[in-house]
Amino acid sequence: MRFRISLLSLALCVAAPLAAAPPIVIRNANVLTVTKGSFQGSVVIQDGKIVEAGPNVLVPQGATVIDANGMYLMPGIIDCHSHIAIDAINESSVSVSSMVSIEDVLNPDAISIYRALAGGVTTANILHGSANAIGGKCSVIKMRWGKRASELLFQGAKPGIKFALGENPKRRGSAPPGVQGTPNLRYPATRMGVEDVIRQAFTEARIYQAEWREYYRKVEKNEQAIPPRRDLKLEPLVEVLEGKRLVHAHCYRADEILMLLRIADEYGFKIKTLQHVLEGYKVAKEIAAHGAGASTFSDWWSYKVEAYDAIPYNAAIMVRKGVLVSLNSDSAELMRHLNTEAAKTMKYGGLSETEALSLITINPAKQLEIDHLVGSIEPGKQADLVLYDKHPLSNYAKVQKVLIDGEIYFDRDKDLSERPAKEARKKMLLEREKQRQAEQAKNAPSGRQQ
Amino acid sequence: MRKAISSLLAISAATALGVFPAFAAAPGTIAIRNARVVTVSGPVLQRGTIVIRDGLIEAVGEQITVPSGAWVIEGDGLTVYPGLMTSLSTWGIPQPNASGGGERNAPAPPPARGPEDRPATTSWLHAADLIQSSERRLEAARSAGFTTSATFPVNGIIAGHGAIINLAGETPGSMVVTPSAGLYMTMNPAGGPSYPGSLMGVIAYIRQVFLDAEHYQMLKADYEKSPAGKRRPAYDRALEGVLNAPRILLPAVNAAQIERMLRFAAERKIRAVLYGGHEAYRTAEALKQSGAPILLNASWPERDREADPDAEETLQVLELRENAPSSAAALAKAGVPFAFYASDSASPRDLLRGVKKAIDAGLPADRALRALTLSPAEIYGVADRLGSIEKGKIANLLVTKGDLFQERTRVQYVFIDGNKYEPAAPVAAQAEGAAR
Repeated sequence: MRFRISLLSLALCVAAPLAAAPPIVIRNANVLTVTKGSFQGSVVIQDGKIVEAGPNVLVPQGATVIDANGMYLMPGIIDCHSHIAIDAINESSVSVSSMVSIEDVLNPDAISIYRALAGGVTTANILHGSANAIGGKCSVIKMRWGKRASELLFQGAKPGIKFALGENPKRRGSAPPGVQGTPNLRYPATRMGVEDVIRQAFTEARIYQAEWREYYRKVEKNEQAIPPRRDLKLEPLVEVLEGKRLVHAHCYRADEILMLLRIADEYGFKIKTLQHVLEGYKVAKEIAAHGAGASTFSDWWSYKVEAYDAIPYNAAIMVRKGVLVSLNSDSAELMRHLNTEAAKTMKYGGLSETEALSLITINPAKQLEIDHLVGSIEPGKQADLVLYDKHPLSNYAKVQKVLIDGEIYFDRDKDLSERPAKEARKKMLLEREKQRQAEQAKNAPSGRQQ
Repeated sequence: MRKAISSLLAISAATALGVFPAFAAAPGTIAIRNARVVTVSGPVLQRGTIVIRDGLIEAVGEQITVPSGAWVIEGDGLTVYPGLMTSLSTWGIPQPNASGGGERNAPAPPPARGPEDRPATTSWLHAADLIQSSERRLEAARSAGFTTSATFPVNGIIAGHGAIINLAGETPGSMVVTPSAGLYMTMNPAGGPSYPGSLMGVIAYIRQVFLDAEHYQMLKADYEKSPAGKRRPAYDRALEGVLNAPRILLPAVNAAQIERMLRFAAERKIRAVLYGGHEAYRTAEALKQSGAPILLNASWPERDREADPDAEETLQVLELRENAPSSAAALAKAGVPFAFYASDSASPRDLLRGVKKAIDAGLPADRALRALTLSPAEIYGVADRLGSIEKGKIANLLVTKGDLFQERTRVQYVFIDGNKYEPAAPVAAQAEGAAR
């Protein structure tokens, strides 16, 4: 008997159901493309991709036609900062936890995926928590509710890693119950220490990188060599140094934002996004000069001291100073109405409709380097679409349908119509459970006497 | 004080009732004549005879002549099965008392700061070195019809090596069928401020250990080839233990965990055996594709009796509790190799009750029996000596009056290595009667 597991066979059964779905046409919609203006018309979807979008399109034979009845169609919302659908968030025992990976703990049964869908989100950057100066590897996923964990992964998304500055990573932890004093607690305890931890880690990473380069040099020359020990903590940091992994850095204060940008410049890597970045408005020019993106909240602050000096104009000011800005949720609840978060930037800072929508679509797509695949309604892009009954920047807008890769993953009418059956099923299961417990009580004594 | 006395009593009772009378003198040859014989590997013999000699099954069939001088057990009204085997337990390894040992006063070890500290790792432990033939749970297991266990050390992340053991023997060594059943792992964080402190930390740690083991092997091989002029690699008992493992046991209860462990096993090219399996009814196809066997915990999930009666439970949780026992049927249908075990707190009888629930949920009874006999033997690579009633195999047998999975069925005897043990059932029955 053989127990060896074949990756190939896993992959095969994943790919099979995708074949040969009929084309879909969504017609009679107010299409907000985000990148190519807006129009009244149709979007044609084939093999999971947008093939045509415009006022007049050719309807392919055998196409499933969805009449939008004048409702609003926009690209699926992309959340650049989320912690849903995972069975662990922080590996807080160490200050550098780059060896851990969100991909290992994805849970496709988390109901938060479905709720995010119902809020129009199709893609999210699932980040490790902020307990460490250098945190774990993150995963970009699509909200493919009902699929397996491996099928949630956004194919073609560049890998990322979480960094964190300030209050969270400098928490030393507390002594275990019953232990006097604070023995063996974690370094660092100050913001200076956070900087030191990052420097130390990248210094180690450079040495590690040099060891491997030396090994490859020997191999190329056909010299005998044993490869160095693989170090899962340092490997992702070498990838950061080599531009193969995107850094998403949790931060609040202007001084530490500048500190991180200086370290990155010194070690020759880029910070892809600053996350939260509530004081970004103070150093927007410096952020833009480094080329970092900013992913912030619309008006959520004062939940801790370092998050006090915040203003609702933050996103708009950074946009005007040339920073690539997105709005994120960092919360399973906020995730369900990122469209209204975007709308707030029109009131605070006077962004245009398109600019506001960009903050939750094409901009986060650029920050995750998936903008060639998603983030706007353009031929060639993946058909990740949301249909709202009202304009998505209106308080009254409700999500009607959500498509990912051209497949309907959320349908409001279907959801509403299925609720009575689900209620009945739940009632029946509760009843059966009561019966089981009653039977068990009757059949007692249990195995204790054995 | 009272507790101490009662536990003393319990020990002496176990000694008096269990161990000594149970060791019947082993005659040279035993024959069970004209019994219903469920061989598992072949057809059921309605009037079969089994000859046992020197701890082995010498002959089995319907036309067997009983050798002269054999002790004969008349099998009318009796059914003979292969001795039952749990596919995962700690039976045989003495458990620490609830009152705690002397270790409590020992200073806690410093927290681990990374994988190099090998946190919660005891991959050098072997169940075969830990078992005792007087361990108190063996008697109850035999009385319920069990003759064999895949016994593992289970504490920590990389807990140690299991052994296939027979549940009786004069010495611990004589109980061992194979000392190398596999390496038991959990996904439990190291605890306290130690690394790893999370599920993803545990997975990353185990991944690093496998990588380190590969590297260690490379260094050792290189050094052995030509040691001169080379620094010798430091001996690492944690990695030695990983390199020796014929298979790795990984926990996987719900569907997400099953898929996660299958992916991990595929990535590291591990010969994996999963354990848990309560939501395997959703993942039978993926398991089939992977080729990995799964051990099903027949302590099926139920609502906690002390749970808040007003707390609302999700449909997902209710579905799991409703459908968990149907996992066995789903696996049988899909052709996934599986075997049963029960949680450590469950009694051997509870394990059989759990299997009965799986039968009620659609598992054919013959498949249930197989998952308690030949299937675990196959999963652990000992089907050439255990798991069915066949000529040449170890004489581990269960003799009952009535069908195995009926609540009223009485275990008459079990044979372990050809030695006959009578169950302590009358005592248990009296206790049950008294309790009523």
